[in-house]
Amino acid sequence: MPLPKLLKRPAAPAPGEPAPMHPVEAAAEAGITVVDWIDERTQLSQGLRWMMFRKVPKGINWAYTLGSATMFAFLNQAVTGVFLAMYYRPDVNGGAYESIRNINDNVFLGQFVHGMHKWGASVMIVLIFLHMGRVFFFGAYKYPRELTWIIGVVLLILTLAMGFTGYLLPFDQRSYWATIVGVNINNTAPFLGPYIGDFLRGGPEFGATTLSRFYAIHMMLIPGIMAALIGFHLYLVTKLGISAPPWLKAHEPEAVQEVVEV
Amino acid sequence: MPGAFEGETVTRRRFMTAVTHSAGGIAAAAFGLPALGFAIGPIFKRQPFEWQIIGTPADFTEDNYATKVITIVAGIGEAGKSIAYVRKRNPQIDTEPHDQWNNYIALSSRCMHLGCPVRYVEAAARFVCPCHGGVYNFRGEVAGGPPVRPLDRFYTYVPPVGHPGHGYIYLGPRYSVNSELERFSPRDPGEPLDGIGQYLYPSRFDTPVRPSIANLPLPPTVPGVGS
Repeated sequence: MPLPKLLKRPAAPAPGEPAPMHPVEAAAEAGITVVDWIDERTQLSQGLRWMMFRKVPKGINWAYTLGSATMFAFLNQAVTGVFLAMYYRPDVNGGAYESIRNINDNVFLGQFVHGMHKWGASVMIVLIFLHMGRVFFFGAYKYPRELTWIIGVVLLILTLAMGFTGYLLPFDQRSYWATIVGVNINNTAPFLGPYIGDFLRGGPEFGATTLSRFYAIHMMLIPGIMAALIGFHLYLVTKLGISAPPWLKAHEPEAVQEVVEV
Repeated sequence: MPGAFEGETVTRRRFMTAVTHSAGGIAAAAFGLPALGFAIGPIFKRQPFEWQIIGTPADFTEDNYATKVITIVAGIGEAGKSIAYVRKRNPQIDTEPHDQWNNYIALSSRCMHLGCPVRYVEAAARFVCPCHGGVYNFRGEVAGGPPVRPLDRFYTYVPPVGHPGHGYIYLGPRYSVNSELERFSPRDPGEPLDGIGQYLYPSRFDTPVRPSIANLPLPPTVPGVGS
């Protein structure tokens, strides 16, 4: 049986004619054309080059990847969270617990994705503190990177708030009482405490809207703020460059070292 | 004004900037403020609380607590229920002033440390919290551990003879007490009421009024009993 015409080696071009393109080459060419078309109008490749091919100091090591690791933990939480939301029902009258049970017992890969979200939350907290420890002990928070540190601290607080609001969502006994205790800890702040508690619960008692309130804060309010702040954090990291490890001696440029004859 | 046309006090560019910024600010406030008010509204909302029947005088004694399931928030199933420990007032023990609201002593099961559910241990005549070891004596006063004030209480009401609901014990809204068992509007756990505590933790705007006893919910009539 003869090969299909598409896969055959093209016949040698007649003299003076351009060689016909092999289909694979043509496909690659088309891809490049599309990317070029977009890039000509957006100039995104400049930004990518600026971000990905920047200079880094000598002596950096694996500890410098902890920030990226934290970001991937965040992305994991975002992706698994979006898909969990497709099956979750924030119904305080037993529906929330039932929907989680359904995710775990019936939905294809449900227990796995729920597990990724649940354990990923702890992984993210651990990675944040390791990243923070690296920055602290390497002195990387010093001038001019103070603002990067401050945004990082805000991100840490927001991540803890994500942990607090997410803990209620399975709506089992542990969730319920942990939230009661957590809200009451907020209440103990002088003057403002009682109002913070009322805001969190949506009223003076744990009520019908407490769960949906936590759900909205957990899946829309905080993730949006976090995504924006992570973007700003990364911009600052790229803009300011990363700091060299503290054991690396700074070398003066040779021009400065020149001895001036008197 | 440098850059401005003659007779004008502001440059046109600056005026245009100000107009654009104000328009943007007004537009943002137009949706932002209502949304914010919507989110924090519950802080100011007054929650209705109805009297509920918790039993008949035969259910309660003076020297032991009966456990009663009560409804704190209606319509949300188990999550809106709580437990009250109820006994008859005993003048030998209960030295706080007697009025029509405490013929029966109804204690909230919510621990005043951080809100875990306490349980009554009859052998020790103590309330014990499982979370952080709070202990309360028979009257609900702190006997040990981290709680900052005695257990909260509920108003109880016993309709007199000839009034609707006579023969039943009614449970009303929760109130908080300081270590002298003086009544305060309901506070959340972890908020002390002694000394400057009551000023550090102000009562909420929506402090519920004690509901009227004019329209008590009547017990469901059992078919074949009475008239």
